[in-house]
Amino acid sequence: MPDEMLHLPMVISLLERHKGSPGALLPILHEIQERIGYIPDAAVPEIAHALNQSQAEVRGVISFYHDFRTAPPARHILRLCRAESCQSRGAEQLAAQLRERLQLDDHGSSADGNISLRPVYCLGACACSPALELDGQVHARLSAERLDALLDACQEDA
Amino acid sequence: MMPRFYLPCDSLARAVGADEVATALLSQAQERNLPLDLQRTSARGLYWLEPLLEMDSPQGRIGFGPLTAADVPSLLDALQGDPSTHPLALGPVEQLPYLKTQQRLLFARAGITRPLSLEDYRAHGGFDGLTQAIALGGEQTATVVFDSGLRGRGGAAFPAGIKWRTVRGTQASQKYIVCNADEGDSGTFADRMLMEGDPFLLIEGMAIAGLTVGASYGYIYVRSEYPQAVATLREALDIARAAGYLGANVGGSGLAFDMEVRVGAGAYICGEETALLDSLEGKRGIVRAKPPIPALQGLFGLPTLVHNVLTLASVPLILAKGAQFYRDYGMGRSLGTMPFQLAGNVRHGGLVERAFGLTLKELVEDYGGGTASGRPLKAAQVGGPLGAWVPPEQFDTPLDYEAFAAIGAMLGHGGVVVADDSLDMARMARFALQFCAEESCGKCTPCRIGSTRGVEVIDRLLAAPEQRGREAQVIILKDLCDTLQYGSLCALGGMTSYPVASALKYFPADFGLQPSEADQ
Repeated sequence: MPDEMLHLPMVISLLERHKGSPGALLPILHEIQERIGYIPDAAVPEIAHALNQSQAEVRGVISFYHDFRTAPPARHILRLCRAESCQSRGAEQLAAQLRERLQLDDHGSSADGNISLRPVYCLGACACSPALELDGQVHARLSAERLDALLDACQEDA
Repeated sequence: MMPRFYLPCDSLARAVGADEVATALLSQAQERNLPLDLQRTSARGLYWLEPLLEMDSPQGRIGFGPLTAADVPSLLDALQGDPSTHPLALGPVEQLPYLKTQQRLLFARAGITRPLSLEDYRAHGGFDGLTQAIALGGEQTATVVFDSGLRGRGGAAFPAGIKWRTVRGTQASQKYIVCNADEGDSGTFADRMLMEGDPFLLIEGMAIAGLTVGASYGYIYVRSEYPQAVATLREALDIARAAGYLGANVGGSGLAFDMEVRVGAGAYICGEETALLDSLEGKRGIVRAKPPIPALQGLFGLPTLVHNVLTLASVPLILAKGAQFYRDYGMGRSLGTMPFQLAGNVRHGGLVERAFGLTLKELVEDYGGGTASGRPLKAAQVGGPLGAWVPPEQFDTPLDYEAFAAIGAMLGHGGVVVADDSLDMARMARFALQFCAEESCGKCTPCRIGSTRGVEVIDRLLAAPEQRGREAQVIILKDLCDTLQYGSLCALGGMTSYPVASALKYFPADFGLQPSEADQ
């Protein structure tokens, strides 16, 4: 992906800003992902160099945390809560509905790059379970109809 | 006078439509030429009534809820006459039994103040604790915390005063305060509510801790699933700093304390304090062996006071009202109040702050109103995904750390997930092990490997056609639970056995077992 190199000046300038702060790696990775949408491979040697770490250490951190992506995300990211509180209110049926309608598994992404599914374990919305997060927005007291309506909206702007 | 309304800006209120109600209310009032003032406050924690709109009246604030934007026209009609005639009118909110019978110390401002208004915070006792701590000095402040009997609210319930004295007694060039706001347990949301709704309380608690133990810097480690808490805290930090509550001269004390917010990245294990410290240092969140304890060698190897959000947020009140005031709540060695969180399949989900000692039955039935589905209650998981499933026969157990330990369960962070009879406990036991496998940091073998083997054992148990085959798997599963419980480095491996063993013990039928088979 040659155009990854286009991001490098931005990465280098944010590294300049963060590298003096103690334990800066997570804030750096968050900021790169926020700006680019994922952490490009080309950024790894730059990060390692700025923090005086090995590339293996940086890659180890990226792969440890569920949040960090190493490829561009889909247009919409839907994270259905699968933890106990939501399970007690039918989250598994909603998960089945998602798999059925989108023909994707729990971690799947549609071929057209429109939507990615990710499980999440608790959004803090447990008093109004079940819940999901769609593009950063939490929706609680979900029903099968609400879920369908949210998916309709995603597919309309596909 | 312009009528004044209040509507929460809490993320869960917004997730069930509070913003839509606010927009409809403002635009339709304007169309009708009705001037009104709408304040966005924190949430009361009466979530089944959200979006809950409140309005000033001669009887105090009266409420309407749960509202949708479609209810706004009829609400505005009702306001022309007698608002109490509206079908969603609730009367004076503070007279609702759910709220009236609570003992709100930590959540005293919930639903009342605007989260980022320093003026509101001060008008409701804000910074009284810090003022008192500065007047008392470090030694006496640590004694007040010790005498209050406050225990860590994150789950381990370790006496806070001992930690404070330990960190205070160390000599180091730099010490830290770390707030564990990685509230990952399903069924818990008190930390989120507090950070989104009353951020200055946490900041005040951390500042008091910093001045007392001699730490000049602090971190709040917030999980990434709580973006609104992160944004609110960051804004609150700027406001507090500008007002002199953080910085080189905290509250005129002559002492320095400042802090920042750090965001997690979706790893449940980082709620474990030593994994959290590694994560703050920019590493993978791997659990550390203890000793050394973090109070002596914590963040970057330096003395660190690590506490949960609710522990730190309890401190201002303890300082303002005194240790004895706080001790007067609670029972046995569980002193003060606890914000219990009712979640899952429950009619009235929300936050219930009460002194320790009320029973699980009172919480689930009197406050919670039973299951939301109306089906029979099956069990409640208390204390998050690592807590035991408690069957109804044990619902008379008082909510107290020791009483729960005595029945092989734990109170944890005070979250209660209610389940009706449709929830399959064998599937939940399997889920607990699968979750452990997914979230294990991989440092110790029982957790890293035992969790995966456990999922396989449950699958074999459920597939076994004959009694003998089932019995063999039950023996292996129990043995594995023992290994996890006694052989793991931290609570993730150590307590994954709780939901598994309790499901097996109390709900053998879900595993296809006769009661006698489960007793092997």
